[in-house]
Amino acid sequence: MSQGVAVVGIYVSDQDEALAFYTEKLGFEVHTDVKNGTYRWLTVRYPEQSVVQLGLFVPESPMIDADSARALRALVAKGAMPPLVLEVKDVRATCARFESKGVELTQPPVERFGSVDASFRDPSGNGWKIVQSR
Amino acid sequence: MSQDPELLRRLLRAKDRMDAASHEEWSNEKLARVSGVSEAHFARSFKEAFGVPPHRYLLTRRIERAKSLLRDTELSTTEIAFRTGWKSLGTFGRTFRDVTGESPTELRARERASPQSLESVPACFLHAAHRPDLTIAVSEKRRQALDGRADDEEVP
Repeated sequence: MSQGVAVVGIYVSDQDEALAFYTEKLGFEVHTDVKNGTYRWLTVRYPEQSVVQLGLFVPESPMIDADSARALRALVAKGAMPPLVLEVKDVRATCARFESKGVELTQPPVERFGSVDASFRDPSGNGWKIVQSR
Repeated sequence: MSQDPELLRRLLRAKDRMDAASHEEWSNEKLARVSGVSEAHFARSFKEAFGVPPHRYLLTRRIERAKSLLRDTELSTTEIAFRTGWKSLGTFGRTFRDVTGESPTELRARERASPQSLESVPACFLHAAHRPDLTIAVSEKRRQALDGRADDEEVP
């Protein structure tokens, strides 16, 4: 039994679109996909990382009031959400794989500070940085 | 906050392109094409979305990049000016001072004097945190600093 962070959620504009992007393009696996009425609890995980789930949630009522949901959708689309970092063994190889699947890099791999990093966004606007494990 | 998220997402693409290559020239026409909106619509929508006109956003990115090169490399000020997209060293130096309040050489000397241990923070976030918060036009900032001297030069 391990303790610690189990789910970290991000807001997406469309769960079907996000699910397709994270699984088909980035290679994540579905962890949980459950509907309760119109509410959908959707989490994915990186294949080699069983303990942390990435929640893909839509800002919507009744969890959030309609005005706040609208504001959050706009903020996500403006890229105003906090940093997300993916750590991989080989940034260049990962980027090549992502690009072959149609992921548009916002920053191609750059070597600096003794490491390599790159960036991309998900369809909703969430910004990811890919860094190389040291 | 009334802008359509779908439009905002496309405007973000233009912002991302400037982020990726701030040393390049980015006309509103080119950026509008990236966003898939009309040129007339673009600048207004961008400002409404991100709080600053596109050319001023580009300026903050160039200054940010120049600051990091001054801090992290041994490149000369001239080399840094050209690498970050300025065509003239004079304009670079003047704009840099107007925006940051000190000259490139002063900033370099000061940053060097205060060693930091930030290795564990991804570099891009540090850079973003050091981006100048340019809420007014450089020309306006200049006017405020040098009362009476009008200068409408804004884009390097």
